[in-house]
Amino acid sequence: MKNIIGNINKAFDHRIRLGIMSVLMVNEHADFKMLKELLGATDGNLASHTKALEKEEYIVVEKSFIGRKPNTRYSATKKGREAFKKHVEAIEKLLKQ
Amino acid sequence: MSTEEYLKDITEIKDMMNKSSRFFSLSGLSGIMAGIYALIGAAIAYYLVSISGREYLILDGKIFNYILLDLTLIALLSVLTAIYLSHRKAKKNNETLWNTASRRLISAFLIPLVTGGIFIAIKIFNNHYGLTGSLMLIFYGLALVNASKYTIGNVKYLGYIEIILGLICSMFPTYGFWFWVAGFGVMHIIYGSLIYFNHDR
Repeated sequence: MKNIIGNINKAFDHRIRLGIMSVLMVNEHADFKMLKELLGATDGNLASHTKALEKEEYIVVEKSFIGRKPNTRYSATKKGREAFKKHVEAIEKLLKQ
Repeated sequence: MSTEEYLKDITEIKDMMNKSSRFFSLSGLSGIMAGIYALIGAAIAYYLVSISGREYLILDGKIFNYILLDLTLIALLSVLTAIYLSHRKAKKNNETLWNTASRRLISAFLIPLVTGGIFIAIKIFNNHYGLTGSLMLIFYGLALVNASKYTIGNVKYLGYIEIILGLICSMFPTYGFWFWVAGFGVMHIIYGSLIYFNHDR
């Protein structure tokens, strides 16, 4: 039991962060606009949550230009994928009890 | 956190994974319409061949050109209807028509389809048109199976049915027309109705 709780990750303890990770688990990358549309978050809100995940090194940011428009896109790191998998497994185990 | 909240988390995760990778606004009604266009088009083709006085089709005749035009019109009308109705459904679902999921859907669909189209065209120009109906069904089926990863999952069963119809058709090429009617007309109407009743409303 203790072990399971230990795998529940505080970094994913928010709807927006959970959503960002879910999208990045099944998509190689997602840009800011796509995440915003999917999660229904404001610019500021989404930016603060991506920054939090970035700090944990769960996602990486790539900034580039498409033509003249700046484009920010995110992808999950290996560390992030593993952490998220563990988190989901822990929730599933808790639910099975 | 309570069990209920964890359950909500899991639902949210699944929902986000699906929504971000699949285009769910594919319209069932447009499938039904495509089936109806195919049946009308087939009836016109049948009529054209029967007034030509021959039981079969020859390549360099005027009739052949009319039938080519007929096929092009069916395809064009089907695509336009699908775009229009899916756009309407996407609006209702608060989804955009042109997003990552729909772009993937279209490229997964078009790669086998265009390959097949070019192949069939090459065969026709080389006077090998006996298997055209069968090849159209097979490549269309492959395109559907490939695209089903990015949309409503049970589209793949329609794909399997089209492939099987195409394969059987290749054994009975003289009945190609009727297999075509079954695959593009009847199956579209049946499958479109299934999607319409399960997802559209």
